Amino acid sequence: MSYLHNIGAYFLMIAEMFRKPTKWSVMRTLILKDIDDLIIGSLGIVAFISFFVGGVVTIQTALNIDNPLIPKYLIGFATRQSIILEFAPTFISIIMAGKVGSFITSSIGTMRVTEQIDALEVMGINALNYLVFPKFIALMLYPFVISIAMFLGILGGMAAVIFGGFGTLDDFITGIQMDFIPFHIIYAFIKTFVFAFVLATIPSFYGFYMKGGALEVGKASTTSFVWTSVAIILLNYILTQLLLAK
Amino acid sequence: MIEVKNIHKSFGDAHILKGISTTFEKGKTSLVIGQSGSGKTVFLKCLLGLFTPDEGEILYDGKAYSSLTDDEKRNLRAKMGMVFQGSALFDSMTILENVMFPLQMFTKQSKAEMEERADFVLKRVNLEDAHHKMPSEASGGMQKRVAIARAIVNKPKYLFCDEPNSGLDPKTAIVIDNLIQEITDEYNITTIINSHDMNSVMEIGEKIVFLRNGLKAWEGSKENIFKTDNEVVTDFVYSSNLFKKVRQMYLEEKG
Ligand SMILES: Nc1ncnc2c1ncn2[C@@H]1O[C@H](COP(=O)(O)OP(=O)(O)OP(=O)(O)O)[C@@H](O)[C@H]1O
Ligand SMILES: [Mg+2]
Repeated sequence: MSYLHNIGAYFLMIAEMFRKPTKWSVMRTLILKDIDDLIIGSLGIVAFISFFVGGVVTIQTALNIDNPLIPKYLIGFATRQSIILEFAPTFISIIMAGKVGSFITSSIGTMRVTEQIDALEVMGINALNYLVFPKFIALMLYPFVISIAMFLGILGGMAAVIFGGFGTLDDFITGIQMDFIPFHIIYAFIKTFVFAFVLATIPSFYGFYMKGGALEVGKASTTSFVWTSVAIILLNYILTQLLLAK
Repeated sequence: MIEVKNIHKSFGDAHILKGISTTFEKGKTSLVIGQSGSGKTVFLKCLLGLFTPDEGEILYDGKAYSSLTDDEKRNLRAKMGMVFQGSALFDSMTILENVMFPLQMFTKQSKAEMEERADFVLKRVNLEDAHHKMPSEASGGMQKRVAIARAIVNKPKYLFCDEPNSGLDPKTAIVIDNLIQEITDEYNITTIINSHDMNSVMEIGEKIVFLRNGLKAWEGSKENIFKTDNEVVTDFVYSSNLFKKVRQMYLEEKG
C-alpha cells in the first residue's frame, strides 16, 4: 500500500517539477552549480574506478582464456563488450547512486528539515522546480561521464594487457575493433539517459518528502540509495530485454 | 487585514487546531501566545498557506484563500514575508544573497538596485558588515535579523514571525521586537508574531490572541491581558516570579 502510494507520489512530483518554471536568470545559476556538483565533481572517482576495473576485467578475461585455440584478440573484444554494455553504464550508475544520490537526498533533506523548502514555498516559488529541475538538466550531461568511463575502462584494459604480459597491444587493438555493432553504443546511451533521470529524481523524491530531523536525513539517504539502485537494476533488465533480445 | 474563520487542522488522529476565529488588523502587530505545543506554529503555517485547514476559511483583505486561483495564490504569497522559528536561511547563499533572493525572484531590478535595497534593509536590522558571511558563520541573533531582513526586503503586505526572539538574550530580543514594531508602523503592514515570551507582550503587540490546546482561550489588548481574571491567561502570564510580583503590586495599588 505505502509502496503504491510512494510510486504515485513520485510521478506526481515529476509532473510538478515541470510546472511554474523558475526565472531563467536564477535557473541558469542553479543548473551551473549542479553541473559542477554532480557532473564535474564525479569525474575523479569515475575515472579512477573505470581505469582499474577495466584493468581487472581484462585480467580476468585473459586468465580464463587459456585455451591456445582461442585467439588472443578475444581479450580485447570481451573487454570492450563488457565495458560498453554493462560496466560503464550500469556499474558506474550504481556507484553514482551512492555518490550523487546521497548528496542529492541529504542536501534536499536538510533543506526540508531546516524549513528552507517551506521558505521557498512561502515566497510562492515552486520548490520542486527550483530544486529538482536543475539537477535533472545537469544530469543530461551524464552520458558524457559514461563516455569517459568507457574510454578509461578500455584504456585500463590496455594497460593491464601490456603490464601483465597477457598479449600484444596489436591483438588487443584488433580485438576492440572487431565486430563492432554501432547499435550497442546507442543501447548503452539510451540506458545512460534513463539512469540519469532515475539518479536525478529518486534521490530528490526521498529528500523532498522526508520528515523529521538530522537523523532522518541520514536514514533517507540510505533508503534513497537502496531504491535508486533497485530501479537502475530493474530498468537495466527491462531495457536490455527490449533493446537487445531478438 | 486577515480574517480567520473557524479553522480546524488535524494530523492523522491528532486534532491540533480546534476551531479558531479572529481578525488581524492592518498596520498593527498582533501577538499569538501560548505554551509550547499549543498549536501556534501550525496556526501560522495555516495563515501562510503552507498547511490547508481541514475546515474553516481565511480571508486576506476580504478574499478567501480557498477561492483564489493558483496564480492569485502565488501573487498573494509574494506579498508575504515570513520569519521562521529556525530562521530557515538558504545555507548555500551568503547573507547578502539570502536577502536579495526575493527581489531576484519577484522583481525586474538590476543587480545594483537589488544590492542597494538589500544593503538598506540589512542596515535597518543593524547588520552592517556581515554581508559576505555564510549563514553558518553567523550567530543565532544575526541569523534572526537576516531572516527579518529577507522577510521585509520586498515590502510585504503581511509579515509573519514565528518566535522571532526565542533563544536570544533579553537585550537583543527587545531590539528585534521593536524593529518588527517599527517596520509594521513604517510600511503599514499586517504583522502576526508567535511568541511565548511575556517580555514581547510588554514591548509590542497591540492585539493578543492566546491559544491553548488548539483553541483560542482569550483575546484582547496588551493592557487588558494584565487585568483579566481569566484563570487560564493569568496562569500563563504570571508563571514567572517577576510577573507575579508585578501583578501583586498592581492589585495592591488598586486596593
Ligand atoms: N507536520 C506535523 N505533523 C504532525 N503533527 C504536527 C505537525 N506539526 C505540528 N504538529 C503537532 O502539533 C502540535 C502543535 O505544534 P506547534 O508546532 O504548532 O506548537 P507551538 O505552539 O508552535 O510550540 P512551540 O512554542 O514549542 O514552537 C504539537 O503537538 C505537534 O506535535
Ligand atoms: Mg512553534
